[in-house]
Amino acid sequence: MSKDDQILEEFTSKEYEHGWTVDIDSDQAPKGLNEDIIRFISAKKEEPQWLLDWRLDAFRVWSKMQEPHWANVTFPSINYQDIIYYSAPKQKVQSKSLDEVDPELLETFKKLGISLEEQKRLTGVAVDAVIDSVSVATTFKDKLGELGIIFCSFSEAVKEHPELVKKYLGSVVPVSDNYYAALNSAVFSDGSFCYIPKGVRCPMELSTYFRINAANTGQFERTLIVAEDNSYVSYLEGCTAPMRDENQLHAAVVEIYVKADAEVKYSTVQNWYPGDKNGKGGIYNLVTKRGICAGNNAKLSWTQVETGSAVTWKYPSCILKGDNSSGEFYSVAVTNNYQQADTGTKMIHIGRNTKSRIVSKGVSAGYSQNSYRGQVYVMKRATGARNFSQCDSLLMGNKCGAHTFPYIDIENKSSMVEHEATTSKIGEDQIFYCTQRGIDEESAVALIVNGYCKEVLNQLPMEFAVEAQKLLALTLEGSVG
Amino acid sequence: MLKINNLHASIEDKQILNGINLKVKPGEVHAIMGPNGSGKSTLASVLAGREDYEVTEGQADFQGEDLLEMSPEDRARAGVFLAFQYPVEIPGVSTINFMKTALNQVREFRGQETLDAVSFLTFMKEKMKLVEIDQSLLSRSLNEGFSGGEKKRNEIFQMAMLEPKLSILDETDSGLDIDALKIVANGVNKLKKKDNATIVVTHYQRLLDYIVPDYVHVLYNGRIVKSGTKELAQELEAKGYDWIKEEADATTA
Ligand SMILES: Nc1ncnc2c1ncn2[C@@H]1O[C@H](COP(=O)(O)OP(=O)(O)OP(=O)(O)O)[C@@H](O)[C@H]1O
Ligand SMILES: [Mg+2]
Repeated sequence: MSKDDQILEEFTSKEYEHGWTVDIDSDQAPKGLNEDIIRFISAKKEEPQWLLDWRLDAFRVWSKMQEPHWANVTFPSINYQDIIYYSAPKQKVQSKSLDEVDPELLETFKKLGISLEEQKRLTGVAVDAVIDSVSVATTFKDKLGELGIIFCSFSEAVKEHPELVKKYLGSVVPVSDNYYAALNSAVFSDGSFCYIPKGVRCPMELSTYFRINAANTGQFERTLIVAEDNSYVSYLEGCTAPMRDENQLHAAVVEIYVKADAEVKYSTVQNWYPGDKNGKGGIYNLVTKRGICAGNNAKLSWTQVETGSAVTWKYPSCILKGDNSSGEFYSVAVTNNYQQADTGTKMIHIGRNTKSRIVSKGVSAGYSQNSYRGQVYVMKRATGARNFSQCDSLLMGNKCGAHTFPYIDIENKSSMVEHEATTSKIGEDQIFYCTQRGIDEESAVALIVNGYCKEVLNQLPMEFAVEAQKLLALTLEGSVG
Repeated sequence: MLKINNLHASIEDKQILNGINLKVKPGEVHAIMGPNGSGKSTLASVLAGREDYEVTEGQADFQGEDLLEMSPEDRARAGVFLAFQYPVEIPGVSTINFMKTALNQVREFRGQETLDAVSFLTFMKEKMKLVEIDQSLLSRSLNEGFSGGEKKRNEIFQMAMLEPKLSILDETDSGLDIDALKIVANGVNKLKKKDNATIVVTHYQRLLDYIVPDYVHVLYNGRIVKSGTKELAQELEAKGYDWIKEEADATTA
């Protein structure tokens, strides 16, 4: 059976499916942010002194920083004192098997269509589920453990593998990197930790599902992935959020450390609540994602499908330090109604013969604004560096905007940097061709857009590709006619 | 099956169809010929429901329903198929994917069960044989980089898949080599049934040797100015359009 067929089978969803709230009593911090709150978070999580100090240091750095305003997005200023920085679902004991997990949580997963049981049984994907900042279930640990792979919640890693966390935390995204990264460093609640030992190929896709739950709870996940020499892992991150009116801040940090001859693939399907048709509500997704190809021949590939959030500010980047290392960025960003996305990547070529490839597909509909912002930086040492960038924008209607901001800095003459950009509209004749075959207009648009994004979707693992296609269709609903 | 009465249509205030009258019964094959720019493709587009064209006067009735009131997709689902003169490209969408979406929407409308991937494939293989089309072509992006002939053959494949009641083939023969022409014509003939009809738009008598029409109409300046049987096509092939134009211009003058 071809991939196309299977994808089509799944191609059915309507309406925003993930809009509800599950009532799990939160164990939360009072609103606001100060050193006491940070101590509260750290104490709640029974953290060692060094981590508390690290957080406090980050808080002090953050306090002196200014919110950045260079992105092509506008939103009401965030009152950082009006946010709850810690909230955990109540759980009496750490569960060992799914039977011990809060049935209401399991219900939530079922609604999301990602029931852990099913995931476990059918797909062989190990899932580290994060609801409201605290990991509640981790599976497949034993199997991974046999290979020496560590895949657990961040808090657990702090307890079980402090030396690794201490060594790599902040090594790719330093505390002072940017405003939101500093904030995250101060208050991060939980997230995932993944360690692949030397020479090990992780036999399954590792995936994390995030979900915002309690009202007014900022989400500050922290993810750290370390791939030792000659190892491989494919990591999936996906998220959905319930409908609500208040804007919610989401400022995650993802750090990836790739050593010599290792390869990491990081895929994201992002579907935070985008706000309603009039631009009310929705998530502010202000994320810092960066990886370093530290060793020679290291490989890092980012693939993202961004359909959600009211505001997206996100630039997954690669520092290509090792000689012959390579970085890839494949992105689909779809915006509709009043969504704003400013997303792209940075490829920093430091080592010799480093290669990078950027494929960005922006689709804008409604009154949305969709910007690609990318930087290719070739440093002096990077003899023989190569970059290819392809940035395409597709416009639907004439009230939306697509913008491209490519920055290219070259300090080594032997490098080769290519940039191609196109802007197009969905053709009336393409839609008519579809409707003439009996396909309704909405499905026609979904079909055409999915085709347009194919090159990126092809990078995703199968089950993610299916979900991504659904999301594209969902996001563009009502954008024609 | 199809009754067109005094149909007028314009685009961007330019009047193109000036009173078309045409009746097509089940089982019939009608050929429409006429000089370039006479309005053949326009007529086909208007029947298929292309929104750029404005119908300014007249009616079209399809199987007892007001065709002009229906959306393009509903016309297709009710059984109107247009093989485009210039099929558009849809990058990243394979013909297979495209047809699966289309066929299931059409089947749903017709009250038939939708096909799962396996039965779809079986069904598709059957139709592929009919028009001798290769699966590798169907896996590629729709019409992207297809040769002229491949595009036309793909149109007929889609027609076979959707099992229409009324097929309108707009210059499906142009760009086909002799062998392909025979294959396509053969496909069309095999798909012919007592209860479906075909309108063939063509410039060449050659096609009509294979798809034998019951009637031949000549379109000129947005009107059908002459109708006859297949001998008319032979006459046109021999004499060209000048005599028809003169006749028509004389009557309108
Ligand atoms: N979008 C448009 N805007 C302006 N004029 C148009 C448009 N579309 C078609 N026309 C005009 O309408 C007339 C009829 O065109 P049509 O394509 O129907 O001709 P045809 O009979 O199919 O010709 P051919 O044999 O060359 O295919 C032509 O003069 C054409 O230029
Ligand atoms: Mg024509």
